[in-house]
Amino acid sequence: MSVISRGFGGRGDNDDARIPPGQHETYDFPVLSAGPTPAVSREEWGLDVTDLDGAVTRWGWPDLMRAPSEEFTVDIHCVTTWSKLDTSWRGVRVRDVLGDLATEAEYALVRCYGGYTTNLPIGDLVDRDAWIAYEYEGDDLESAHGGPARLLVPHLYLWKSAKWINGIELHLDDEPGFWETLGYHEYGDPWLEQRYVGD
Amino acid sequence: MSATERAEGAAKTESSGPASRRGPIRWLPARLRAARMETRLARTLVLDVPGWSGHAPGQHVDVRLTAEDGYTAQRSYSVASPSAQDQVELTVQRVQGGEVSTYLTEIMLPGDQLEIRGPLGGWFQWTARIRGPVLLVGGGSGVVPLMAMLRERVRSDSSSPFRLIYSARTPDHIIYTSELHQMGQTHPDIQISRLYTRSGLPDDTREPGRLRIEDLPPPGNEITEGPSRVYVCGPTGFVEHAARLLVDRGYRSSDIRTERFGS
Ligand SMILES: Cc1cc2nc3c(=O)[nH]c(=O)nc-3n(C[C@H](O)[C@H](O)[C@H](O)COP(=O)(O)OP(=O)(O)OC[C@H]3O[C@@H](n4cnc5c(N)ncnc54)[C@H](O)[C@@H]3O)c2cc1C
Repeated sequence: MSVISRGFGGRGDNDDARIPPGQHETYDFPVLSAGPTPAVSREEWGLDVTDLDGAVTRWGWPDLMRAPSEEFTVDIHCVTTWSKLDTSWRGVRVRDVLGDLATEAEYALVRCYGGYTTNLPIGDLVDRDAWIAYEYEGDDLESAHGGPARLLVPHLYLWKSAKWINGIELHLDDEPGFWETLGYHEYGDPWLEQRYVGD
Repeated sequence: MSATERAEGAAKTESSGPASRRGPIRWLPARLRAARMETRLARTLVLDVPGWSGHAPGQHVDVRLTAEDGYTAQRSYSVASPSAQDQVELTVQRVQGGEVSTYLTEIMLPGDQLEIRGPLGGWFQWTARIRGPVLLVGGGSGVVPLMAMLRERVRSDSSSPFRLIYSARTPDHIIYTSELHQMGQTHPDIQISRLYTRSGLPDDTREPGRLRIEDLPPPGNEITEGPSRVYVCGPTGFVEHAARLLVDRGYRSSDIRTERFGS
């Protein structure tokens, strides 16, 4: 029982198999954020990794620069229905940041400058492709897109790829983050169109 | 208070939206009852949506168009009207070459159908239960969710002072022009300021141009109560610029809520 919009033909350009259902390709780089873009310099940037027992390991910018980095090209998908194909980045794998910390934890709560949070299963950060990214298309990552450094988890909707990351807390239980508290899906798989609670 | 704590508070006290329900938010068929042009580019669509149970001003819906051959396209649009049963008004501004906005502004006729899903967005919203002065800053079609808030403010018994700063290319690009004029005339606590980026009216004292810091009222202090909430909406470039100016003007980041419409 589908509702047809009379007279709608569409551009018919969403047939690339890399575009998930309900998404369309964009050539710009739109922004989804709840408030103003925080201004954080590389000098003041820090990432606190908090283990299950509360022990904190702090990563400063030089620590991130010393870690093995890689260039990678991925497709990204925003819940507001745009997808961007073949975006290229540089970053450090989250599994290299967590090291042997994440062995017992089940979930991560990611924290950011500006107070934003998001939650993910640990497996999505260490067994799948996930990075702390700091370059986009060969340049330093702009603050509007999450610079100096953001999480990038391309297999989930982009709100999970927290901008301005400054903390990863390891937990045994799942705790909803910012958008997840406001009605967005707890997991956010774009191929299953998990946009909102209950999808 | 951090944005997160505020978010949790917001979800408990302000949400009439998805956070409070169970099961998926369903797609509802909607039929165009009437439409009117607001400017040469912007059109308001009055949709009958059986089963729609209302929303909080500032929230949006996802719209889905389906072609004869099954091809679909989906976009987000803010609700322009205050909350109502079984009815939703959207205002869409056509973008050059836009797949969905061109259909909605130029092709769709009364009686035609689409699907909507919502209400969505639990953060960018205002309800009459929220006390205190409000500053709205909109660029282009970003005025749409701000208009929903203004309409709710007028309709409700709220006495919160509202100030709208609305930036548009020229006077011809101002959406809701007569309704905004009338709101400003009849409600002493509602102040409407229009700014033009390209060209203004002959007797304007302000040079046309992008939003400037002096276009923004100062935030309140202990003596004068200034805006306690600021909502900024429009194209990404506008929102980034306006939010930065607001922070420079002395507003707290945690009081500024933003909605970015895309490019
Ligand atoms: C939460 C939310 C609420 C929104 N509310 C409204 C609303 O109330 N009214 C409204 O008119 N729009 C609103 N939008 C924007 C809307 O979702 C679409 O992005 C817009 O209508 C363009 O879609 P399209 O299919 O016509 O263009 P597309 O086919 O997607 O794009 C065509 C071209 O236009 C450019 N483009 C895309 N969006 C814009 C833009 N906003 N301005 C200028 N150029 C653009 C693209 O770069 C592209 O080159 C909202 C967006 C979001 C995320």
